[in-house]
Amino acid sequence: MLWATLIMSLREVRKNALRSFLTMLGIMIGVGAVIAMVTIGEGATQKVRSDVGALGENMLVVSPGAARRGPERTAGNPFQKDDVEAIEREVTGIKALSPTAQSNTTVVVGNQNWPTSVIGVDEGYFEVRGYKIEMGRSFSEVEAASGTPVCIIGKTVRDNLFPGTMPMGQRIRVKQVSCLVVGLLASKGQAAMGGDQDDVVLMPLRAFQRRIAGNNNISSVYLQVEQAELTSSVQAQVEDLMRERRRIQPGAVDDFNVRNMQEIADTMSSVTASMTGLLGGIAAVSLLVGGIGIMNIMLVSVTERTREVGTRLAIGALASEVLLQFLVEAVVLALLGGILGILFGLSLSYAATQSLSLPFVISPGTVAGAFAFSAAVGVIFGYLPARKAARLNPIEALRHE
Amino acid sequence: MAELPRPEGGPNAAFPIVEFRRVEKIYGEGESEVRALDGVDMRIDPGEFVSIMGSSGSGKSTAMNMIGCLDVPTSGAYLFRGVNVCNLDQDQRALLRRHFIGFVFQGFNLLARTTALENVELPLIYRRVPAEERRRRALKALDLVGLSSRAGHTSAKLSGGQQQRVAIARALVTEPSLLLADEPTGNLDTARKAEIMELMVQLNREHGITVVMVTHEPDMAEYGTRTIVFRDGKIISGNH
Repeated sequence: MLWATLIMSLREVRKNALRSFLTMLGIMIGVGAVIAMVTIGEGATQKVRSDVGALGENMLVVSPGAARRGPERTAGNPFQKDDVEAIEREVTGIKALSPTAQSNTTVVVGNQNWPTSVIGVDEGYFEVRGYKIEMGRSFSEVEAASGTPVCIIGKTVRDNLFPGTMPMGQRIRVKQVSCLVVGLLASKGQAAMGGDQDDVVLMPLRAFQRRIAGNNNISSVYLQVEQAELTSSVQAQVEDLMRERRRIQPGAVDDFNVRNMQEIADTMSSVTASMTGLLGGIAAVSLLVGGIGIMNIMLVSVTERTREVGTRLAIGALASEVLLQFLVEAVVLALLGGILGILFGLSLSYAATQSLSLPFVISPGTVAGAFAFSAAVGVIFGYLPARKAARLNPIEALRHE
Repeated sequence: MAELPRPEGGPNAAFPIVEFRRVEKIYGEGESEVRALDGVDMRIDPGEFVSIMGSSGSGKSTAMNMIGCLDVPTSGAYLFRGVNVCNLDQDQRALLRRHFIGFVFQGFNLLARTTALENVELPLIYRRVPAEERRRRALKALDLVGLSSRAGHTSAKLSGGQQQRVAIARALVTEPSLLLADEPTGNLDTARKAEIMELMVQLNREHGITVVMVTHEPDMAEYGTRTIVFRDGKIISGNH
């Protein structure tokens, strides 16, 4: 019976093809909007996550200075070697770590110069940040310990200072120090916030401190946590340890901060999520409007087909069967609108994600949800007209002109 | 779902198809009260072809609706094949119509933009007949009214006479005990009128279907075996 009713409804929809299509349009646009918003939002979220992941997996950065945002960021004393040793010794759950010292300066080769970040690092830095050596070699232990001025350069630096030539074995000048290029980093590309991660010159921390900075300060410590679940535990341990070492009174503001890359990712995702929610709400309103459109056209249809309803009742249709028929018709309209909307939304978001170079992620839950939602719209807004049809008196309905 | 009321006896039982016992139907109240049927006694036996005549307002349409189980008496009793229709709810009466009564209307009442075959299949859908058997039986019914070659035509492509024959096929397809025709020739020209009436006579004689037809044309009434005349809610002639 349901099958026969479904066939009858599809036939009815086809009979008034243009009218049916216009009625579906409301649902189609509503569902299409929801699907497009959610898919684009999902793509943006994934992009943020993978970008933040590219900065370094499960990475924490410990830096001096309070975490407060805004102009009055208080400077804290830089870390020293024994701070790093204490972290290494006392904090559990760390996979790799590297103290760093950094300077933004111009490096020179011959008559070429290029402003870049020069960072003094330990061996662990490559692992924490996910840098790989594409050509040449890393620093030897002797070089690291003795502070020999050797360096590894990123692709951007190479492209600008050594266009078309092999940088290995050549020398670059960083401030007054001549530095031997021993390796080239594999490209990592843009970071989430637009920073170029290939625009960098790495050298042994010891060399940086002695020859460039002229002190033993450590500006940040990069940590990689063993597993993502341990991130907050490690963060808390480091914070406790540093408070203790830096003698910060309970309740006082820390003069250092531990940045959690996961937190940044979460913040950015939640921004996209709330945007998605807002736009989804607007789309839900357009679904409501679409539903009212269906109700309207179904009411017209019931009036137009009063004699048909009378005939059906006379030949033995039950009121409940008439109700079912009109309800199925409304649901068919809504579902067809929903399916068209899903296709429309997916193609729209495909175009959008391609042009914004975001990943195109189809969320099956959203598609199923949109499908169910349009069916629900059909049932809710189809019920009233269907009940009107079912309650017709057959004698009067047959007399209807 | 409602249960089909089982009429007494088999298809050839001695019960009359239609039996009115002092049936009254009153519309409105007080001053505006209208007695559409005023204590009507009436009996129609299996195999009869009864024509019901009367001027408008005579009560013939009310009687027709009542025979077709579309309406119930205000007082008195209507027995359809021995079942008292007054005791049935709306769904049970729908099931009686579905299983035992075929309707033919003056305006044909075919579904718009639907083929002849689909129109004839419609009552079988409500009887849950499987698609293949539905099609076979609908084609057979169309064949009986001489329209098997027009099965795929929509009503708009059929003449008035052909449309009425499709409607008769739709009424026949369930093999009803009673065919109820309300002015079946009212919208047709003289030649088509005769065709339709001959078809109904043939169904009555050769297939043993009881026919009750409302008409205001004496020529048409003459095709029947008996004519009942209503006036002012009462039968004035033609009763047994």
